[in-house]
Amino acid sequence: MTGKVQTRKMLWREIRSNRVAYVYIAPFFILFAIFGLFPILSGLYISFFRWDGVGAMKWKGIDNYARLFTDPMFLLSMKNTLIIGVIAHIPILFGGLILAYILNGKFVKLQNVFKTVYFLPMVTSAVAVTIVFQVLFGYNFGLINYFLSLLGLTPINWLGGAGEYVKAAIIIMFSWKWIGWNMVIYLAGMQGISEDIYEAATIDGASAPQTFFRITLPLLKPIILFTLIQSTIGTVNLFTEPYVLTNSLTGGTNNMGLTMMMYLLNKAPKGNNIYGLASAAAYVITVLVILISLLFQRLLGDRDLTKEVRSR
Amino acid sequence: MNGWIYLILIVLAALGLWLGGRKSRAVTKISLYLILLVVALAMVLPFYWMFVLSSRFTPEIYSFPPPFTFGSALSDNFAFMNANVNILRHFLNSLFVAGMNTALVLLFCSMGGYAFAIYRFPGRKALFSILLGTMMVPQLAGIVPWFFLISKLGWLNNYAALIIPGCANAFGIYWMRQYCVNNVPSSLMEAAKIDGCSEWLIFFRVIAPVLLPAFAALGIMQFVNVWNDFMIPMLVLRENDLFTLPLMLSYMRGDPSRGANVGALMLASALSVLPLLVAFLCASKFFMSGLTAGAVKE
Repeated sequence: MTGKVQTRKMLWREIRSNRVAYVYIAPFFILFAIFGLFPILSGLYISFFRWDGVGAMKWKGIDNYARLFTDPMFLLSMKNTLIIGVIAHIPILFGGLILAYILNGKFVKLQNVFKTVYFLPMVTSAVAVTIVFQVLFGYNFGLINYFLSLLGLTPINWLGGAGEYVKAAIIIMFSWKWIGWNMVIYLAGMQGISEDIYEAATIDGASAPQTFFRITLPLLKPIILFTLIQSTIGTVNLFTEPYVLTNSLTGGTNNMGLTMMMYLLNKAPKGNNIYGLASAAAYVITVLVILISLLFQRLLGDRDLTKEVRSR
Repeated sequence: MNGWIYLILIVLAALGLWLGGRKSRAVTKISLYLILLVVALAMVLPFYWMFVLSSRFTPEIYSFPPPFTFGSALSDNFAFMNANVNILRHFLNSLFVAGMNTALVLLFCSMGGYAFAIYRFPGRKALFSILLGTMMVPQLAGIVPWFFLISKLGWLNNYAALIIPGCANAFGIYWMRQYCVNNVPSSLMEAAKIDGCSEWLIFFRVIAPVLLPAFAALGIMQFVNVWNDFMIPMLVLRENDLFTLPLMLSYMRGDPSRGANVGALMLASALSVLPLLVAFLCASKFFMSGLTAGAVKE
């Protein structure tokens, strides 16, 4: 009994003597409880109700979720987001890797200049960039169609018509923005790979593609996984670019540029006041992000292999 | 059609030459530089065109072929822009929001990171695990109640909504802790304690200076993100006077009479990205290491 009291006293004394530490970490835990945890939990709660934000809440069970998956608009937004995400990842993943690999070559001069230029989109506001791209994508007087005409191609009605090319325009903007970020991260990863490994490979008579696919790629796996998860979150959160580009919350003509984020905010709080449905949409989107991240982890996450190679 | 095919063929040939054998070194080098250069041009072109159009009259912009060199409408566009939006006011709004948030982030995150790194307090491990766990939780799930909470607090049309909620973030604390563990020698603290410094004094006089490089990286990341953010300010700010620069741009563009003057719109866009662009070009190394801090370990 006395022992217990003793240890409790000791613990209390330790807490008291370290009270500064608790003061230092308190802001995070307080703010997270209020602005992180509370909204997330109440979001789940609200998603089971019908609620306009003012009146009484009406229990609806999983009705909101059922409504989402039968709403052609939500399914369309999901399809649009998926198409944009999948296609845009081809240039930002492979393009980023190729650019990083070239820049990592010993012969390239002005490496930092190229890096800086590729990274430019990351420090500029998405709204400003989208406004410029809107003019670039102009049908009659846009620069992109002008270049197409120089190449002997027929101009593309990027933002008009029935909206067939809006997604293409968004994909181009998305890739333009993210390729440099991926490249800088891949390059840093490549520079972290020891020269010895490459030297040993060269002595063993490995060709350039062999070293790339057998050494560089496997060693970069964790980094590629990280960028994939980041850009997946970027895709699912895609809002500003399509919103400004189509100048609407509904994705322009035939909703061809409608993303999941736009759908959500259009339900509440930006467009309408359908809080329950919007909360359900937020949860569906979140679960989707987690599932995709887990899938990537499954596909790329065998860290043991990379460790093994590194230790050699 | 031919142009595309040639371009793709050149790229493929270059890659093929490079990956297979490196027989013809000069050709390989030139073609690789060509790839780098084409991508670099694609990155710079929108910025260049934005500046070009800022100096052009609207009829010039709506002509074929499009203008590619600077014109003489810069002062006219500036006058139109100034008559329609108070860009200085919106610039100061952005500066205030991003500056205040960044300052608080640096303060709280360095305090938290320092506490987790140096003090051996009961519950440290558990609390740190919770902190790491919160990084896995996507904030998006709570966006709707978050907005409701903000409006209940009376923070609509209030910068507190943009500054306070994110001002002690888990990643920043984690990152600062790593930096403290690697860079703050315990002898430094002991010496300060022997000199009779109080805990607060130690933190601000002795520890904070050591953390300066970490402040720079984290500060840049935070400032850039808040400066450029659009979605949250759009939800929270409804009064034109309070708009940050991205909101001002979106407002200007969405307004039929203001948005019709493309040159002025381009000028406003250019001015709103210019501060960060210049800062980035001056200290690109800092920016890149700051913005990719979460990905690349030192």
